[in-house]
Amino acid sequence: MKNFIHLKGVGKNFGDFVAVDDVDLTVAQGELFCILGGSGCGKTTLLRMLAGFEIPTTGTIEIDGVDITQQPPYDRPVNMMFQSFALFPHMSVARNIAYGLRKEGVTKPEISKRVDAMLELVQLADFGKRKPEQLSGGQRQRVALARALIKRPKVLLLDEPLAALDKKLRERTQFELINIQYELGITFIVVTHDQEEAMTLATRIAVMDKGRFQQVGTPKEVYEFPSNKFVANFIGTINTFDGIVTKVLDDQIEVYSDEAGTSLRALGKQLVEVSQKIEIAVRPEKIFISKEKPKDSDDVCIQGTVDDLGYLGNRSLYRIRLESGKIVQVSSQNRRRSITRFLEWEDNVWISWRASSAVILLD
Amino acid sequence: MTNLASRHKDEIWRRVAIVTPYLWLLVFFLAPFAIILKISLADPVIAQPPFTPTFDKQGGLSVSVDNFRFLLTDKLYAITYLRSVLMAGATTVFCLSLGFAMAYGIARSKPSTRNLLLLLIVLPFWISFLLRVYAWMGLMNTYGVINNVLMWLGAIDKPVRLMYTDFAVFVGMVYSYLPFMILPLYASLERMDMNLIEAAQDLGASRARAFWDITWPLARPGVIAGCLLVFIPAMGEYVIPYLLGGPESLLIGRVLFDEFLVNRDWPLASAVAIVLLLLLVVPIALLQRYRVRDQETAA
Repeated sequence: MKNFIHLKGVGKNFGDFVAVDDVDLTVAQGELFCILGGSGCGKTTLLRMLAGFEIPTTGTIEIDGVDITQQPPYDRPVNMMFQSFALFPHMSVARNIAYGLRKEGVTKPEISKRVDAMLELVQLADFGKRKPEQLSGGQRQRVALARALIKRPKVLLLDEPLAALDKKLRERTQFELINIQYELGITFIVVTHDQEEAMTLATRIAVMDKGRFQQVGTPKEVYEFPSNKFVANFIGTINTFDGIVTKVLDDQIEVYSDEAGTSLRALGKQLVEVSQKIEIAVRPEKIFISKEKPKDSDDVCIQGTVDDLGYLGNRSLYRIRLESGKIVQVSSQNRRRSITRFLEWEDNVWISWRASSAVILLD
Repeated sequence: MTNLASRHKDEIWRRVAIVTPYLWLLVFFLAPFAIILKISLADPVIAQPPFTPTFDKQGGLSVSVDNFRFLLTDKLYAITYLRSVLMAGATTVFCLSLGFAMAYGIARSKPSTRNLLLLLIVLPFWISFLLRVYAWMGLMNTYGVINNVLMWLGAIDKPVRLMYTDFAVFVGMVYSYLPFMILPLYASLERMDMNLIEAAQDLGASRARAFWDITWPLARPGVIAGCLLVFIPAMGEYVIPYLLGGPESLLIGRVLFDEFLVNRDWPLASAVAIVLLLLLVVPIALLQRYRVRDQETAA
């Protein structure tokens, strides 16, 4: 894997406030890399440093082997798609898209050829003469994308690219973005607060909090193997049980949890010791729910009652109250078509999960 | 039924809203203009009113364009008009460059400081205009504040003549009209999305280039409004040249005043006013056409 983008100890302070704190990152060419985090986590500042709108307080940024840390935005081989799209309201769609090429001094016939091709790519062939205000949100988003792509940047930065679109359109546009990225082979760096967006788009995700990367990995790694409590809670929902390590075996550990009222097992190579306080976490969809006690004794089984339930069409959500009072969220697919409920409020149920489904969280 | 009645009421109010400005223009602009035009076509007489009637005793029309002919042939008037255009033009250009920088700075400052800065721009209006012009006399007098400070600093040995010069008039005009430039400019700059400039820079435009490509065209409605608000009153300005200007710095506002009240030549004064109006209509019409074209390309 070639290090195409290379951040070394990049940090940014605004006065006393540390927006980005000592971030190291390498991104390969052609990757679709997502920076995911809540508002104020420093993701936008990091993106703006890549674009050249902010100069890092510490560290260096290299793109394709060239140190661009101090380069002004107009000299960088990088283009950005803004969250607000930032289309020039006084220029037509075609002139908006052509702007980057005009500043580069490309000849007129070449410009019009490339603008037409770009309009074709984003499916706006007949919209060149329109003004941005005459377009729908989705069309504006595509113009912004075309304008940022036309200079064939080495890296395209996208700031919340789908935030301004409604849900249906967002889903469709996600796949369009992936297709365009695949077709052009440009490295994309996407900043988003929407984990679902990050999951579908990204080849790799960096989960960011308080100016630092909490975990960098593929969507699967980040979801199934969160490296700490923040990542586990930030991505998706997760049930956590406080507990104390009672046994450390070769490939798994046993943890006694008051909240669960029983011993929990989890696979793990993490360095834990007996009597250490840790957390065991399980995703709602990894938990099975049944009226009778499951026969497979290898699984973790806990009895509880249905506290609340919700029907979401494709799946149902249950909140199960354990004896300790702890509420566990369970999500199950509605595989059978039925008008009657499988479970009712206050039903006695068993919840169970495989030891391999549990995640050990240390901090 | 009530719905219909309220809609009828709405319709009436709509008409009132449309008619009111036209009525205003008719009563306070067109009617006075017609009177001035009528007077400008008469001859002066020593009587009450001091001009000949438009219709003589036989009911025949008695008008002449002598006043206009006199204005066009007498070089003094042509020079005065030219001087006024130059003075108003210089004031407008200087207000624009200074006002643009100030408006830009205010629009880009933090919201909390922004209101304070705007207040500072508007604050001088709380003091009478006349008093503020008098204050400039105190500043620019031979032994006024400016000369005293310069002499105290040793920059000059004897006072420089500032008062009663074109320079003093220029300073007074720029000072008085600057807020009228800043406010419309601020209004159009404040609305602008800063991301637009970053987007332009991101696409390869230098700071200066981004300014001319993005900021300037988007600020143009403010520029046009500001220039009109400064140029038009500056053309007819009377008080500032009268108080700060010397006897040789003749501007058309002063000529107008003198013809009306000193010479009591109402017809000639009216002709002066009509020509001044025509001189103003030309730039307004040009800018208006520019603005309409801007809107058309935007649509």
